[in-house]
Amino acid sequence: MSPRRTETGGRIDRLRTIRFTFDGAAYTGHAGDTLASALLASGVTLFGRSFKYHRPRGLLSAGVEEPNALVTVLRGEVREPNIPATMVEIYDGLVAVSQNRTPSLAWDIGAINQLGGKILSAGFYYKTFMGPVIGPLKGTRFWMFCEHFIRRAAGLGKAGTAPDPARYGRMNAFCDVLVVGSGPAGLMAAKAAADQGARVILADLEANLGGSANWSGETIDGMPAADWAQRMAAQLAGNDNVRLLPRTTVWGYYDGNTLAALERVTDHKEVAATGEPRQRYWAIRAGTVVLATGSFERPLVFPGNDRPGVMLAHAAERYANEYGVLPGQRIALFTNNDSAYRSAVALKKAGAAVVAIIDVRGDISNEMRRLTSDAGAELLAGHAVVATEGGKALTGLKVQRFDAMSGSLSGDERSIHADNLLMSGGWSPTIHLASQAGAKAEWDPARQAFLPPKPTQRWIGAGAFTGSFSTAEAIAEGRAAGLQAAGGAVSSGPLPVVEAAPGDPNPAPVFEIKAKGKSFVDFQHDVTAEDVRLAHREGFVSVEHLKRYTTLGMATDQGKNSNVPGLAIMAEALGKPIPEVGTTRFRPPYTAVSIGSLAAERFGDLKPERLTPMHDWHIANGARMYSAGLWYRPMIYGLPGETVEQAYVREARATRESAGIVDVSTLGKIAVQGPDAAEFLDRVYTNMFSTLAVGKARYGLMLREDGLAFDDGTTWRLGEQDFLMTTTTANAGKVMQHLEYFLDVIWPELKVTVTSVTDEWAGAAIGGPKARAILASCVTGTAVDNATLPFMGIVHGRIAGVPVMICRLSFSGEMAFEVYSGAGYGTRVWEALIEAGKPFGLVTYGLEALGTMRIEKGHVTGAEIDGRTTARDLHLDWMLSKKKPFIGSAMMDREGLIASDRLQLVGVVALDNRPLNGGGHIVEELDEANPHDSLGHITACCYSPALGKYIALALVKGGKARHGTRAFVSDPLRNRFGPVEIVSNHFYDPDGSRMHG
Amino acid sequence: MLITCPYCGPRDVIEFTYQGDGNRERPQPASQDLDAWNAYVYDRLNPAGDHNEIWQHSGGCRAHLRVVRNTITHEILSTAFARGGHKSADNRAEGRS
Repeated sequence: MSPRRTETGGRIDRLRTIRFTFDGAAYTGHAGDTLASALLASGVTLFGRSFKYHRPRGLLSAGVEEPNALVTVLRGEVREPNIPATMVEIYDGLVAVSQNRTPSLAWDIGAINQLGGKILSAGFYYKTFMGPVIGPLKGTRFWMFCEHFIRRAAGLGKAGTAPDPARYGRMNAFCDVLVVGSGPAGLMAAKAAADQGARVILADLEANLGGSANWSGETIDGMPAADWAQRMAAQLAGNDNVRLLPRTTVWGYYDGNTLAALERVTDHKEVAATGEPRQRYWAIRAGTVVLATGSFERPLVFPGNDRPGVMLAHAAERYANEYGVLPGQRIALFTNNDSAYRSAVALKKAGAAVVAIIDVRGDISNEMRRLTSDAGAELLAGHAVVATEGGKALTGLKVQRFDAMSGSLSGDERSIHADNLLMSGGWSPTIHLASQAGAKAEWDPARQAFLPPKPTQRWIGAGAFTGSFSTAEAIAEGRAAGLQAAGGAVSSGPLPVVEAAPGDPNPAPVFEIKAKGKSFVDFQHDVTAEDVRLAHREGFVSVEHLKRYTTLGMATDQGKNSNVPGLAIMAEALGKPIPEVGTTRFRPPYTAVSIGSLAAERFGDLKPERLTPMHDWHIANGARMYSAGLWYRPMIYGLPGETVEQAYVREARATRESAGIVDVSTLGKIAVQGPDAAEFLDRVYTNMFSTLAVGKARYGLMLREDGLAFDDGTTWRLGEQDFLMTTTTANAGKVMQHLEYFLDVIWPELKVTVTSVTDEWAGAAIGGPKARAILASCVTGTAVDNATLPFMGIVHGRIAGVPVMICRLSFSGEMAFEVYSGAGYGTRVWEALIEAGKPFGLVTYGLEALGTMRIEKGHVTGAEIDGRTTARDLHLDWMLSKKKPFIGSAMMDREGLIASDRLQLVGVVALDNRPLNGGGHIVEELDEANPHDSLGHITACCYSPALGKYIALALVKGGKARHGTRAFVSDPLRNRFGPVEIVSNHFYDPDGSRMHG
Repeated sequence: MLITCPYCGPRDVIEFTYQGDGNRERPQPASQDLDAWNAYVYDRLNPAGDHNEIWQHSGGCRAHLRVVRNTITHEILSTAFARGGHKSADNRAEGRS
């Protein structure tokens, strides 16, 4: 067994040896060890290099607040940096490496930065790299030159680049009482609430429940506190209404008592069990939260306080009592309060020599004097540590007389030989979650600490979290909190009896010993007391500015150790009391949270795919698909060897020559039904629908409230009170929400219901000179001749035995029909139409040909109804009824919306017979080197088989007046310049003779 | 944040869609008072405190709700169906008749 490991004690299993590596060297530890305790037991003192100065650093703490001993854990190719070694449970095969050192921890080239400490003070980057460029060594350009080297030299661990193969889980949980922290207060609270029958969740970030009971060495109900805690945890585990979550950090407190937690499910295992995720994200909705999160011991600020071997007092106590590891053989303590005396006794009991207790206070109580002699230590009251010695491990320290009132040092320095210096600067309640929940912390001058605010959400505090640092108080407050949270009556029943060392919870208000040398406030970001004062001298008075200028508290530990000492030093510099300097608000997360856990199962392509009923047919018949919003639609049905342009030109030409068929199932379809349906449509559309006859359809246009164009489509009157509205594919959801809003909020008196039926109907549009003949050959139950089915008429019949609804309307400009059937029969009807079309030369066409024919006709889509255009801009003013108000009617005639120089829809013909591009600009004069003065832009383009030209639709300033004039396309990104003619958007068959037939 | 839908009970905010300031007053449909229309279309209250808002339970029953929410604490003070309760000139005319 290693020399630092004690013979007995602690929770580790000395019979089980675990093998792991750190920086490539093999080590062993025991089951129950953390990486920190195992390395400490193996004699390791050097754990990391500091952020800025590359100073050697050892363990400061034994828990989640650890700022120095950050490691990277490797699992195969995956590396996770910046994990405190104190939070890594060892397992066989663990591979961990240290950080921020080149080439090795012991020989670090970056340590040369320590010589430049005066230069690398707070604000170094701002001062060196900001401002105007004066000579070669200043300014932004210099920064860009230096950045590479600085980024390499400064910093923490390196993130990996390998994809993370681990699985992460997500759980939503509900409970009456969530208890955060499982020390004596949390255990009592959970027990009391559970006994009331409440559903309880107890979460603790450590692997073992029990908190301070695991190492306090106290006695509860006549048994060691650690045993008492284990028994309590076992009792709770037996309750059906209690869920225990060890290794679970509650890291966020959000509105409505929603809390976020991260459970490390398998990080401590060599191999995960089947189905286990690496980590699990918990979203917990709690009726009441009991915050029993304990407190953090604060470091003292004095020269050399960061040397490896200088450690928080309770951390050493914890290593000895919980892990059976002595952090040193000759131990000195430096304190401003009573709690360190207990630590001294514990370490003596564990087998270390305690050489001295150095207390800044001159007046020491008899109880503490007794503890000093129990520890066999020399008491140096009214003294302070002014220096530490040693390189990669502590060898000694120097003390001087110290006056706590004035902060002055006097007398000769005295050297003390020690390999471990424990410090205690008082305790800060862990109020992070309460602060996140929404209120400001309150300074307590007796405790010299920020205490939790009055709750603004449903939480109750207990134990050290509230500033009640003794275990007896924690037990009483815990039970009271648990009862209150569960709605139980206050109990006066007997409480577990605690035997503990005495101690005054109030420290002396001493945070810093001012002596020569670097005194660290923020260990992880290398911020010294002098940096804080420098910030003050340079005019930073607000605590928020101080934080940003010095980066105090902005490292991965978020200032768990450094906040209060930093504030105290700033307050002294300002000559103000601490509460007037203020504190920063804590924000989530409490500790680092893996991105993987936040994403959980939600990664990759999260969009649902919407497929039309005929999707499989399209795939089987050679369609090349592309996505349109969530939908997949055929782009072309290409023949072997065809380009996209060849395919769509063939499809469009064949449609105009014989017939073509296209899947239009994606159009939005909304059933608008009820006695007031016609009235409602009159208000929603710009044109009249109440005058529409049953069995007829009409093209409609909607505006937004601000008078701009919103959406278009046809609406079919199926019955007196029954309309089927179609919308553009892209706007289906928006139109639905728009209609619902007006029916529910603005016009609740209208008796109308709207129902989305997009997915209920399959739609096929069949158009071309032969379209009617094809239908005639396959439709039964109705005629489809001009008298029975006139333009915009609707008939009901059957195709292949399937009931269908046919409306004669045209997007392609040909004689065309839309055939709707129940979605489940879509493919059957589609195949029957294809079969019937064979003798007539029917082709299937995709979106490209659809777009080509609509451009030829000058119809608008979302590219033109782009949220900026009005009905007039799109030459749809003929649809604006003057007989009734409608949504947008009051606003559509505003000055700016009717100006003659607005962008208006035009057609564009390429005069150089080359393709045009969407987004290309239209200009009056061509200046390729200096493109400017755009008249507008192209919204859609194609090769038109009907015209034999490259054409486009465009929105052009005062476009209507420019018909017949020359302009140029200017598209510098794609280097496309050339002459165009501006024409009407109605390129093809402007009088509609083809579709009226 | 939880919003209590009168139909569906307390539901997570993720199920709802914010539909804007609930204090807006829509002019009579035939009104030509451009200032009133302008106020309705563009003016939004943005109080630091209690705010009268319209939310749609778009991931649930799709009803529109009138929600009073404190914009500082996110506390939901009340929820009710928007139907009928909206400050619409239309509604008031109807309601009194």
